[in-house]
Amino acid sequence: MNMEFILGHMNYWLFIILMMIGFYIVVARGNYIKKIVGLNVFQASVFMFYISIGKVEGGTAPIFPIDMNIDPQVIYSNPLPHVLILTAIVVGVATTSLGLALIVRIREEYGTIEEDDILEIDSAAQVSENRKEGASMGGRA
Amino acid sequence: MELFINLTLFFMLVVTALAILRMRHLFAVVALSGVFSLLCALLFVTLDAVDVAFTEAAVGAGISTVLLLGTMALTARNEKMPRSFSPVPLLVVVATGAVLIYGTLDMASFGSALSPAQTHVAAQYLERTPTDMGIPNVVTAVLSSYRGFDTLGEVVVVFTAAVGVLSLIGGLGRRRYKKEEAQE
Repeated sequence: MNMEFILGHMNYWLFIILMMIGFYIVVARGNYIKKIVGLNVFQASVFMFYISIGKVEGGTAPIFPIDMNIDPQVIYSNPLPHVLILTAIVVGVATTSLGLALIVRIREEYGTIEEDDILEIDSAAQVSENRKEGASMGGRA
Repeated sequence: MELFINLTLFFMLVVTALAILRMRHLFAVVALSGVFSLLCALLFVTLDAVDVAFTEAAVGAGISTVLLLGTMALTARNEKMPRSFSPVPLLVVVATGAVLIYGTLDMASFGSALSPAQTHVAAQYLERTPTDMGIPNVVTAVLSSYRGFDTLGEVVVVFTAAVGVLSLIGGLGRRRYKKEEAQE
């Protein structure tokens, strides 16, 4: 563990810390909209982690001069992670919108978007159903 | 200098993420998620990914925020106070983070030109794009031509999501109207 190693890997660790904050928002908060925001934070951190893998020291963006006179001395960063993450961002918004549509439906059915309340409503419904079924089966269920 | 910019942006990102965690007001949470996306876009610029920065600013900060605001308007404005603090999520998160950091120890250091990601096909794309495509932007060339089928798959995913969203909330106004009628 020398200084060079720490400086070379610090970027990855910083993005992992950000990822974990997003992860914590997803698992520890009960509000569904907040969960989706947490998922977005997590996702964006993964994107940054990926892009940082493609970075080359002293490199520049992978765009050639417009007259296409390419100087062989210029180093370009790796374009492949950029392409993958471009796709991932668009797909991420598609999945986010699907999640948000589910939240709207949940709110319509349950009248709340808090996980605790929804679990309570569900278990109360289960208990009353058991009682009803139990009575029809002679109190055995 | 680059390290300083990266660290500053990272510090701002962490503060934003922690503020999202602490806030109970959902409007503030949504606005902060927009801020988070824009800071991400800035970091992408320093990491040489200008196309990604563009997309993140337009799609991440723009469309996502609008979608979140719309959902908020249809559902709730505030988050309920949590009943009790549980240490389990914190433990899970710390353990996952530790494992991930352990995983990075084998990786090539940041910006190394000899890392496996750099020495594989990336150089080929950079070399061939001027003769194959004749367009300056390598990312565009890879996205729409070399890996065109990936982009087609992406379009299919977006289409599926659109169909899903429409079938989930398509009849929202109609259902509400019916409910009101039934109550009357």
